[in-house]
Parts: sequence; structure tokens; C-alpha cells
Amino acid sequence: MDYFLELFFGGLTRGSIYALIALGYTMVYGIIELINFAHGEIYMIGAFTGLIVAGVLTALGFPEASILVIALICAVIWSASYGYTVEKIGYKPLRGAQRLSPLISAIGMSIFLQNYVMLAQTPDFLPFPALTPQFDFMKPYSAVMNSSELVIVVATIAVCVGLTLFIKYTKLGKAMRATAQNRKMAMLVGVNVDMVISATFVIGSSLAAVGGVLIASHIGQINYFIGFIAGIKAFTAAVLGGIGSIPGAMLGALVLGLTEAFATGYVSSDYEDVFAFCLLVLILIFRPAGIMGKEKTQKV
Amino acid sequence: MTRILELKSVNSFYGNIQALYDIDLHIDRGEIITLIGANGAGKTTTLMTVCGVVQARSGEVVYQDETITRVSPEKLVARGICQVPEGRLIFPELTVQENLDMGAFLRNDRDGIRRDIEMCFGLFPILAARRKQQGGTLSGGEQQMLAIARALMAKPKLLLLDEPSMGLAPLVVRQIFDIIKKVNAEHNTTIFLVEQNANLALKIGHRGYVMENGRIVLTDTCDKLLANEQVKKAYLGL
Repeated sequence: MDYFLELFFGGLTRGSIYALIALGYTMVYGIIELINFAHGEIYMIGAFTGLIVAGVLTALGFPEASILVIALICAVIWSASYGYTVEKIGYKPLRGAQRLSPLISAIGMSIFLQNYVMLAQTPDFLPFPALTPQFDFMKPYSAVMNSSELVIVVATIAVCVGLTLFIKYTKLGKAMRATAQNRKMAMLVGVNVDMVISATFVIGSSLAAVGGVLIASHIGQINYFIGFIAGIKAFTAAVLGGIGSIPGAMLGALVLGLTEAFATGYVSSDYEDVFAFCLLVLILIFRPAGIMGKEKTQKV
Repeated sequence: MTRILELKSVNSFYGNIQALYDIDLHIDRGEIITLIGANGAGKTTTLMTVCGVVQARSGEVVYQDETITRVSPEKLVARGICQVPEGRLIFPELTVQENLDMGAFLRNDRDGIRRDIEMCFGLFPILAARRKQQGGTLSGGEQQMLAIARALMAKPKLLLLDEPSMGLAPLVVRQIFDIIKKVNAEHNTTIFLVEQNANLALKIGHRGYVMENGRIVLTDTCDKLLANEQVKKAYLGL
């Protein structure tokens, strides 16, 4: 039973990280129907920012708990500015072009950012300090779940609840939904669509940065390539849940994380990806629009 | 009467295809202007050029004595030009209430917005009953009413209506045209109405324009257009 719970909480942690990244994919897709392949790199840049800030703060002798918070804030701001810039340089000029063009631009952005970080930092794995505090009250449960997993899961839940309320009740949230449902009409009621698209990239990038710092601190090492794998997995989660749907991305990430954890635990860690992508294939065969996605009906 | 909108020899394009040729047209404050014409004559393009979605390549669009040829749609909404587009374009997954809130997107006066929502529910009682329902679940007629109500929420000075009768039952069409007349009379909203249903549109309009192949071919008061032999034959089926 302990083993089951350990796998379950491990899956929950994985799922949380996938969710933080998948939300960015799904929100961007919902609004401009673009798969932002550079999103994984934004996550990786968040992790690197966290590493640099944490290093500086540790050297300056800041207290442990404040390091995590400051590193998170810096990573969010830095990644958000990258997300904003990537959209302005890579996608905005291509709005109205054929759908393939921004997609190619996205792949280009992804390759560029990876190599830029590789040259600016190093191609080697860098150790990442454990930033999350070790809670005493988690000691009795350390066999099934540790403190950093708890922090990741709780932070993700908080972020998801906050995002859902934001989308549902704020003016910008409503404008985002309206733009996703009908961009032309949103323009005709006075929404500044460019601003809404930028805001979507900023929010998505911020969430990815939170995920980047938390998982790097949990795993303990990063390099320039972590965004690629995490990005593909989170994209899978978004498609699984129904791309374009925010609750879908959360659910898809959870399902994917748990599937991987149990496959690793009960079968073999070699089969982790096999199970993840088999699940994707099965869902796409039986529910092509994803778990929560709606089939698009075109009215003529 | 003062002029609210004027188009001066406007030419508009979709890519390399010219859709409008030297359009001259004006609207005075408080008027209902009707623009009729066959499919593909350029009626919708004319509206889109007025509200900034399509930008005129040459010519000038003047609104309240200012040139607005290059102004973006959202800025024009703030200045009082609102459109009820062809096909209604309701936000399908927002509720009726949220659709109306989106209409008032640029306004910040909470009390005024609440009052105007009640005003819209007064004009269209069926919307009050559907308040919490998603826009996409409404019938065609209800969606048209919601689209008009949403536009009214922005307190337009100039309301552009693109084929409000499209695909609706005759009874509903009459109801909607009555409301259009009422909005014009009671709120002093100037109305620019584009229609294929020439008969009805010419009956509620003050002046009318007839379009063919991207050009204005005829203009007169609606009464005279209704009696015009050419119009009768081509658009009224008489």
C-alpha cells in the first residue's frame, strides 16, 4: 500500500508540473490556434533564471525560505518577458499568414532559445540547489511523499484555482474567452486583441516558469535541453485533455502523470514514455478531440 | 441635420481583389440609412470599411468631422461606432449576461451598465429569461436579439447592422425591425442598415443606397426607391 501511495503522489507531482506547462500550450492554442513549440524553452529559461538567482542569493546569505520565493518571482518575470518577446518577434508578424508559417517560426524559436542557452551557459548538467524547505510535519510520511512534492502539488493547485477564477470573473479573463471564441467579434466590441494575445503569452510563460523552478529544485539538476522533453510531455497532456480547454489541460496532465508513475513503478521505467504515448494514441482514436475537448462543428 | 458619417470615393480591397469602387455615401445624425444590393455587391465590405476591420486603400472615411480611415476597430467602438455583424457572431460559450457584459467592454460605469442591461431586457424580454444560458444554445432569432442588445450596451452613436433578417422567420424579422425603429426613435441612434430583404429595409429607412458590383448605382429617399421601376424589378420581385 505504501508503494502504491508513493507512486500515486509521485504521479501527482509529475502531473502538476505537466499541468503548469500544459496550461500555456492550451491557452495559446485556444486563442490563436498555434502550437507554441518554444513554450518548453520558456520553462527551461525559468529554471535557469531560478538557478542564477538562487546562486546569487545564497552567496549573499539570504534565509532559505525567501530564496525560493524571490527565485520564483524573478523566474516568472524573466520568462514572461521572454514569452512576450517571442510572440512579438516570432508570431505577431505572421498573423494572417497560412497556419504552417507561425508553426515553423515556433520550431525556429525553440531551436534558437535552446542553442542560445547552451552557448550562454553550458551544455553540461548543472546542479540545482534544493530550494523547498523540509517540513517537520512531513517526516512521518516521508516514505510516500516528501516536502518538495507537497510544495509542487499545493502550488499547482493554488495556481490552477487562481487561473480559473481569473478567467471566469475578471474583465481580462472574459476578454480572453471572447477572443478565443470569436476574434473578429471581440475586436468589434472593443477588445484590443493584440493586448489579449500578449497577456495570454505572459500568463502561460509565468506558469511555465513556476513549474521550471519547482521541478528543477525537486530533481536537482538542469541543462539547456530539459525544455524539449518537458514540452513534449506537457503538449501530450494538453492534447490528451483537449487542446484549447483549460480544465482539459489540468486533467490531461494529471492522467498523464499518474499513468507514467504507475507504468514506471509496476512495469519498468523503460516503458514510461511508451505508456504515455500509447495512452495518447488510444485517446485520439476513441475521443479525437481529447477528454474535455469539443468536436468542432462547422456551420455553413 | 448634421453629418455623422461620410465616405468619400472609398476604394477597398481584399488582397489584390478590389471590392469597393469609389463609394460616396453620407449619413446624417438620427437617420436610418438602408444599403441594398445582391450577394457579393460589397455591402458587408462597406460596413467593414466604416468600422475599421477592412482599411480603405484610397479615399476617406469621415466620422463626426474627423478622418477615421486608419483607425482600428476597438478605438472606433470607443468613439461610438458599433456593429452587429452578419451571422450575429454571438460568443457561443459565454452566457447571455456575459455576452452583454462584453458589449460594454470599454465602459467602466457599473451602475450605467446595470441600467442598460435592464433596458435591453426591456426591449427583448426573452433575453432576460435566458440570462444564464450560453449564447450558442439560443435560437437564431434570439441570437439576433442578443447581438443587437450587445451592440446597444456600448451606447453607440452610429449602429451598423449587417443583414439582421438573415435566416429568420418572417414574424421574428418584423419584431426585430420594429425594435430597430424603436432604438432609432427613442435613443436617437443613427442606423446604417445593410439588407437583402429590400422590401422591409426600404420601409423602415429614411434614405437608401443601391449597390451593384462594388459601386453605388442609385440613391434616393426610401419612398422613391420603393417606387422606382429598376429597384422594383431587381430587388423587390415585382
